[in-house]
Amino acid sequence: MLNKLLNLVAACFLMQALNLSAQEAQPMQNNAAVEVQVQRLSTQLRCLVCQNQTLADSHAALAQDLVQEIREMAAKGMSDQEIIDYLVARYGDFVRYRPPLKASTVLLWLGPFALLLIGGFGLFLQLRRRQTMASDAPLTAEETRKVRELLNK
Amino acid sequence: MKRALVPLVIFLVVVGFLFKGLFLNPREVPSPLVGKPAPQFNLVRLDAADKTFSPKEMLGKVWLLNAWASWCAACKDEHPLLVELSKSDFVPIIGLDYKDNNQDAQKWLDEAGNPYAINAVDADGRVGIDYGVYGVPETYVIDKKGSIAYKQIGPITMEALRDKIVPLVKQLQAQ
Repeated sequence: MLNKLLNLVAACFLMQALNLSAQEAQPMQNNAAVEVQVQRLSTQLRCLVCQNQTLADSHAALAQDLVQEIREMAAKGMSDQEIIDYLVARYGDFVRYRPPLKASTVLLWLGPFALLLIGGFGLFLQLRRRQTMASDAPLTAEETRKVRELLNK
Repeated sequence: MKRALVPLVIFLVVVGFLFKGLFLNPREVPSPLVGKPAPQFNLVRLDAADKTFSPKEMLGKVWLLNAWASWCAACKDEHPLLVELSKSDFVPIIGLDYKDNNQDAQKWLDEAGNPYAINAVDADGRVGIDYGVYGVPETYVIDKKGSIAYKQIGPITMEALRDKIVPLVKQLQAQ
């Protein structure tokens, strides 16, 4: 596994060093709208090689190929949703930085709220218990005398 | 007494999740293509530059599509296994030479042996994108109807071959 990773990294560097990457992302100045769409999409999609980077942040050869692919689809007039669907069909939901809400991701989406609810309920119980515990008991005559004595020392 | 157990229970649940996490591989992205028809393509062959290869030619057969490249070190790890497998004539292996240089690829095959019945040249990686390749090597088992039955991410190991690929190919061949 490490081998493979190192190999990928080395390949990325080597290809850049030799300037052999198949398609360097070339901005098309003539179509600003397409570039805006490419920018928007490439910050929402994950580079599958360097998994914690978006396509926009990544310099991996695959990320650049995918950006180029997105650019061509955008130039054909495809919508954001169509382009995302195209990539999800090939790479799965993992390619999206914002996972869709479905059965397998329910815990991911609702888990934090469930924890908040549980925590809030626990806090409520705790506070209520403390309230009943802390009701002031009146001091006896003996105790009052002792308090006075201590304070007057 | 019961109250004191609460943190322990929470701790054990967290440990349970983390323990499970130890055995997950975040680099393995499950392919949505399993169970779907293998994407079509038509690519020039490495072994015969005047001919092309398309997955349609393999309809009716169970076959392996192995994405590889001469610049890929992990591909070299799995190469001897592929060569052995090809000698047994058990299942045809088609190569997808991913973003490679033809001379380097041919040189590597001449040196290390050629397990591929046919090699398709995917010079710009477009077909790789269609197959959801995100790091070579990757291997697809494709059934008689042309559907992807299994995807091996990373090099084929002895265990993967014995426990997954060979039984699956046998089962698909019997269908």
